Amino acid sequence: MNWETVIGLEVHVQLATKTKIFSAASTAFGAAPNTQACEIDLAMPGTLPVVNKQAIDYAVMFGLAIDAEIGKTSVFERKNYFYPDLPKGYQTTQLEKPIVGAGVVEIQLDNGDTKSIRIHHAHLEEDAGKSLHEGNFRSGVSGIDLNRAGTPLIEIVSEPDMSSAEEAVAFAKKLHSIVTSLGICDGEMSQGSMRFDVNISVRPQGETTLGTRTETKNLNSFKFMEDAIHLEVERQIDLLEEGSEIIQETRLYNGETKVARSMRSKEEANDYRYFPCPDLLPVVISDEHIEQLRSKLPELPDAKQQRFIDQYDLSEYDAGVLSTDATVANYFEQTATQSKNAKLSANWVSGELSARLNAENISITQSPVSAEQLASLIIRIADNSISSKMAKQVFDGIWNGEGDADQIIEARGLKQVSDSGALESMVDEVLANNQAMVDDYINTDADKRKKKLGGFMGQIMKASKGQANPQQVSQILAKKLAELV
Amino acid sequence: MHNLTITELIDGLKNRVFSSTEITQHFLARIRNLDSEFNSLITLTENQALKAAKTADQLIAAGNAPELCGVPIVHKDIFCTEGVRTSCGSKMLDNFVPPYNATVVENFRSSGAVMLGKTNMDEFAMGSSNETSFYGPVKNPWSTDSVPGGSSGGSAAAIAARLAPGATATDTGGSIRQPAALCGITGLKPTYGRVSRWGMIAFASSLDQGGPMARTAEDCALLLNCMASYDDKDSTCIDRPVPNYSAHLGDSLKGLRIGIPKEYFSEGLNSGTEQAVRASLAEYEKLGAKLVEISLPNTGLSVPAYYVIAPAESSANLSRFDGVRYGHRCNDPKDLEDLYRRTRAEGFGDEVQRRILIGTYCLSAGYYDAYYGKAQQVRQLIRQDFIQAFEKVDLIMGPTCPSPAFKFGAKGNDPVAMYLEDIYTISTNLAGLPGMSLPCGMVDNKPVGLQIIGNYFDEARMLNAAHQFQQVTDWHQLAPAGIE
Repeated sequence: MNWETVIGLEVHVQLATKTKIFSAASTAFGAAPNTQACEIDLAMPGTLPVVNKQAIDYAVMFGLAIDAEIGKTSVFERKNYFYPDLPKGYQTTQLEKPIVGAGVVEIQLDNGDTKSIRIHHAHLEEDAGKSLHEGNFRSGVSGIDLNRAGTPLIEIVSEPDMSSAEEAVAFAKKLHSIVTSLGICDGEMSQGSMRFDVNISVRPQGETTLGTRTETKNLNSFKFMEDAIHLEVERQIDLLEEGSEIIQETRLYNGETKVARSMRSKEEANDYRYFPCPDLLPVVISDEHIEQLRSKLPELPDAKQQRFIDQYDLSEYDAGVLSTDATVANYFEQTATQSKNAKLSANWVSGELSARLNAENISITQSPVSAEQLASLIIRIADNSISSKMAKQVFDGIWNGEGDADQIIEARGLKQVSDSGALESMVDEVLANNQAMVDDYINTDADKRKKKLGGFMGQIMKASKGQANPQQVSQILAKKLAELV
Repeated sequence: MHNLTITELIDGLKNRVFSSTEITQHFLARIRNLDSEFNSLITLTENQALKAAKTADQLIAAGNAPELCGVPIVHKDIFCTEGVRTSCGSKMLDNFVPPYNATVVENFRSSGAVMLGKTNMDEFAMGSSNETSFYGPVKNPWSTDSVPGGSSGGSAAAIAARLAPGATATDTGGSIRQPAALCGITGLKPTYGRVSRWGMIAFASSLDQGGPMARTAEDCALLLNCMASYDDKDSTCIDRPVPNYSAHLGDSLKGLRIGIPKEYFSEGLNSGTEQAVRASLAEYEKLGAKLVEISLPNTGLSVPAYYVIAPAESSANLSRFDGVRYGHRCNDPKDLEDLYRRTRAEGFGDEVQRRILIGTYCLSAGYYDAYYGKAQQVRQLIRQDFIQAFEKVDLIMGPTCPSPAFKFGAKGNDPVAMYLEDIYTISTNLAGLPGMSLPCGMVDNKPVGLQIIGNYFDEARMLNAAHQFQQVTDWHQLAPAGIE
């Protein structure tokens, strides 16, 4: 039987506010445990929440970016459950009246097709703290770090509009691109700034009712999400094909071991007893304020891609790659502006630089090679001062902190020899020292002689320690050999 | 000295008749000597009080004393006090010392008031008799075998016994007005949002409101001047200028329209209480006011609606007491669930557990609409009743509670009978309106309270009416036997 996959996503996006959603404690990542939790975050008796206006604005900006209706009166509710990293014993979130209503996100697939994924709504809520269990903390003891407790989140809930892991990943990447372009999220996946819950069901091809779904929670990389979806789809199809039923449940996927397990079934699910939070008034947003935010929205990825095509004459593909992440786009534009060579800038940013950053697992904002330095390298490539082979060495030098391109070319003596007199004597010398090769060349049929050129080129480049300008050398060589024949 | 009102104490301090240190020492001595009988205080802050009094005396001497400089007061133990144990009347917080002050406490501190200690209360303010306190019941100074009312019974009893001239209190369903009535003092619950709830341990957030207690309306006005403020740490606090509540106390009541809700004089009202209240209303007519019969038709729904909304909110508000970060924790929990179960079973008393269970039930899937949803609709109806009434009248008056102080244990086994104790006070909390109680008579040697309900933010008019009544009556001057 042919099976069809149905996927919906719930995406938690940490908002890049300086302080928490209901307190003035810092949201900075990586501080010593429990040093960024004030009396409100600790849910000390008598403390009260006050909503962070920046978080409200960021949520509205997201809504505007996906062309959603903005909830002019949104209501915070309490979602009640007991857990040690949830200090109040309830999470303050939104349910009936979220701040962002229905909207749409367009995704591009690898085959060039586009698809619209509908957003059901997006709501504001607070993050919980972190529990460090046996093995991650002290033996026999669980630790609780409340630094993250109260970090503002928007939870974006999609309709079940995706039908493959590829589409789900494309959607997730598009959201990442939108929120980073808006500047409302730092996009640092490894720090948990974006986390995905994936709802998956399968059904026979052509069937219109949905199958029983499972939810795989808390995936924090695109790769893990892709793997987890493949695994879960396979599991469900296997079960159905052997005549078993799918149990509605929450599942956990371990990206390291590539194994998923059941966390709890629907029967074990909590009754969260939602009710409007009486400590917070409904959030009322005026049309005027919405328009103010709209007028200040930064350029979004789709618009940026089109501009890169128009302004820098990039291919649709290159423009897409470079416009997805706002920090990459900024880096590219700086490099292109300073080097005055958009094509080479695009190649280097999406090629060598991206490869190195990925290999070392660092983001472009932390790149050891600045946009200015990369531009200095591109200027020297463009004016033929160095060959593309040399350029890689120079790039390594910049990466290792040896200075900018000119300093490294100078220090390492990598400057390309383009002086025709010097090159001619270099060619003469190689020809004189390799009489056998020259004879072989002369005795070869005219139409096969071209293949022999490589040997001479190799000798000449070696003699010049790679510094000879290869284009000039090949011209000189062709001229000299023609004279000999 | 302990028979002086706050107004008189301030005069005496200004005119150097006595120092704050002298007054403070006097009240501390009274508490030490007498409170073993009443149990109105949980914590006495003697050293801090003497230090604060000394500072106050210096300020007075320097001639830049703030409004309440040197005046001793007591705080209900629901208000967080920096460095001083704040128990909320519960074993759960028996060891809890807050690192911050409630805004109300801070307001009094910066106004120069001297805190003598923290007053006893029903556990987490859940109760109408002070019998649910972990620290034992407070005894009514008028009759020590009777309850003082609750939940602010400690504050009310301390004032009645002249252990302090003024106190802070809180009112969620009548917790200021009912003990004020039962102890023969004056107490005011302001409009919801008038007094900051920051640092006031939450019972039911949408109903809780702090307010003052004293012997006279004039003193309540002074205390409210200090207590009311806009506070950006409380999102439900209303940003509106605080008037001088003392400014219009002397205004004439000529032409004042007083609404008398017929529902407040129905079955269940003690006949002595009714007589006292009616006599007071006649007094108001003599003062030039006009009595208008009105109807608040949904009054009967207020108790059931309240006992859904308040427990629902408290079931969530009290979830934070889990033994993880502060407060009581059971010994040797074997796992997380055991920690929660035993910590909460040991830390909370029966009434608190009952209300958490009721609230949890009301919010549960399948019951929410029938209980919480319905109760919120009733709340709107009750609000509408008042809004319509205030189109015709300036103030509403009636009994504060159905009968004078009852004996310990009388209603202990019947929660519903206990809940009906608040039948006349609960509606104002549901509507968010201000209400106050002042002494208006005696039945069987026990005080009777007259309730005054005002329109939103009309506390000044209520205080004016109460003060004028106290100019022509002396119920507020009576003291329990043995207290003079």
